[in-house]
Amino acid sequence: MLDKVIENQKIIKEACEKLGRQIKVMEVCGTHTVAIFRHGIRAILPQSFKMLTGPGCPVCVTDQGYIDTVLQLAENKDVLIATYGDMIRVPGKGGALETKTTNKNVRIVLSAQGALELAKENPQKQVVFIAVGFETTTPATAVVVKEAAEQNIRNFTIFSNHKLVVPAMRALLAGKNDKIDAFLCPGHVSAITGYGIFEQIVAGFNRPCVVAGFEPMQILEGLTIIAQQLAEGKPELKSVYKAVVTQQGNAIAQNLVKEYFQPADGYWRGLGSIPQSTLRLKDKYSKFDTMARFGIKQIPAEESNGCRCGEVLCGLIDPPVCQFFGKQCSPQRPIGPCMVSNEGACSAWYKYGDDRGGN
Amino acid sequence: MNSNKYDKILLAHGGGGQLSDWLIRKIILPKISDSQTELADSASLELDSNDICFTTDSYVVKPLFFNGGDIGKLAVCGTINDLAVSGAIPVALSLSFIIETGLELATFERILESIGKTARQCNVRIVTGDTKTVEQGSADGIFINTAGIGCKIPGINLGTGNIRPGDKIIINGTIGDHGMTIMSQRQEMKFQSQLSSDCAGLSDLTVELLKNVPSIRFMRDPTRGGLAATLNEVAMQTRLSITINEDAVPVAPKVRAAAEMLGFDVLTIANEGKVVIVVAPENAQRCLEICRKNSLGKEAAIIGQIEQAADIAVVEMNTKIGGRRIVSMPYGRELPRIC
Ligand code: SF4
Repeated sequence: MLDKVIENQKIIKEACEKLGRQIKVMEVCGTHTVAIFRHGIRAILPQSFKMLTGPGCPVCVTDQGYIDTVLQLAENKDVLIATYGDMIRVPGKGGALETKTTNKNVRIVLSAQGALELAKENPQKQVVFIAVGFETTTPATAVVVKEAAEQNIRNFTIFSNHKLVVPAMRALLAGKNDKIDAFLCPGHVSAITGYGIFEQIVAGFNRPCVVAGFEPMQILEGLTIIAQQLAEGKPELKSVYKAVVTQQGNAIAQNLVKEYFQPADGYWRGLGSIPQSTLRLKDKYSKFDTMARFGIKQIPAEESNGCRCGEVLCGLIDPPVCQFFGKQCSPQRPIGPCMVSNEGACSAWYKYGDDRGGN
Repeated sequence: MNSNKYDKILLAHGGGGQLSDWLIRKIILPKISDSQTELADSASLELDSNDICFTTDSYVVKPLFFNGGDIGKLAVCGTINDLAVSGAIPVALSLSFIIETGLELATFERILESIGKTARQCNVRIVTGDTKTVEQGSADGIFINTAGIGCKIPGINLGTGNIRPGDKIIINGTIGDHGMTIMSQRQEMKFQSQLSSDCAGLSDLTVELLKNVPSIRFMRDPTRGGLAATLNEVAMQTRLSITINEDAVPVAPKVRAAAEMLGFDVLTIANEGKVVIVVAPENAQRCLEICRKNSLGKEAAIIGQIEQAADIAVVEMNTKIGGRRIVSMPYGRELPRIC
């Protein structure tokens, strides 16, 4: 394997030299973030090849208004909150969900299915599933809504904050950070949607998009192709995750999502409101919609505690630039979601370091 | 009194009266004691040496039974291992239960059988104990506390103070098995897997090593926080850096797959039958060979070494792909990731 690594390293280095400037490549998937740090991939890239961690971690991109609303819901004694693990430590108004687990009305689930089961086991409670995640997790949420509808389960709703990755990439390039040269695109999102969804980024913004899986060698190959494309000035859509990803993706999953969800404008941490970037349940399934059930309107709220997650998520600053990083803010005592989530940029940077000593 | 009369633990089973007496004589003692056990308030022991190690730990685990072990086996092995890595030969244990009323008697008996079997295998005696019962909701089935006494092996003095740059780090087998097994069997994390805990008493291996390999500096069982926590403790205490090599660290493929699926770093996952050994470089090979011949160390490997710290002491790992990254102290509660 090391021979191949050296070969790729050489190609990347030559491409960077040819370009004669720093290139900035963003990954937009939390699993990629962790894999890149855990495998020490940053350490084998040249200084002039900079990796940025984009809005790919579901917990991190969730806006403060949503978090505060969930915390409010958790105050309701009739409610049982079913959530993925990371979510419970995100600080919001009056603490994090974690502090409410003692009330026994917050439960960690590993899947949407787990949330539905919780509803069946607790008929006297209103189970609210904290449905966050990108295109990969949405089909599983659709499945449980389908099941809940078929089985006429009345004490189960989903608080959807499912996100779409492409609108966020567009929003970045169109405003927040147009210095991004290329994207390393997520393999498992593409497995569902098909990698064709990234075509609009290549066509509309002239940026290379390369889809890769999560093996270190594959990530490196993806980055090598990006460097080559940039050096040659020929941005293209490519996939090195051939075994799993096709151009069209998984039609069954896509149809399922289409049946239950519709795109709507949505708030993102750091990116603000992005048109057609969030998935809401369709009106005909509103009885499974937490917002309809509890009459909630989601209000955007800015983080006011000095946390700079928003800028981190846009690739504008590296985590150590934040004054709290590693001091007041650490995985033990996180201030913002990028330090809470295992997939967050701040947490990954804190745990695994950047062995080039930052840049 | 007919044992069939009770199929669940009642509050009175821990009350010190007739029911307690029945539970101890008829249920507990037959499963865990040997011919020398007496029912005195405290045990009197004759030891080979007056250089002793003494340790205690409490055990709570959910589920009570898991692939490769149960809370009883864990409670015996855990305390034995604490003694073993201190350079002692475990001799005797105390055993205390806190039982939630309503626990099935059959469940309790299974745990007792496991305790007895494990103690016999590890050649330690259970010499004293206690049983308390608490109301439903005040405990999670059963909690166990064990304390243990062991005799120090003469001439052995383990500690981080002995560690020098250049020393090698050995582990006796695959990491993460226990933690991933427990996580995969937790109710809130139902996913199919064939993982099995490494839960085992290590004294057979540690004693053999200490008697045959000179200049073992330090040993530690990497339980909670996994290998990452143990190595970071060593780095912190010695102010020396550590480098490990990813391709040398043994990980069972199934454990790796499960950890990856949940987004865990396998270096931070708990072990219950592993020992990290720091040994002088000239004796590392011999140490490894002895490990590999012992059934507790078949997959042992030299995983890294101690180094002079450049600035601050850090633990780092050379990754398989030729990169390098920090191995930091886990913060205690890793949560599974989304999707
Ligand atoms: S280090 Fe902490 S406070 Fe700073 S941006 Fe990251 S999460 Fe926010």
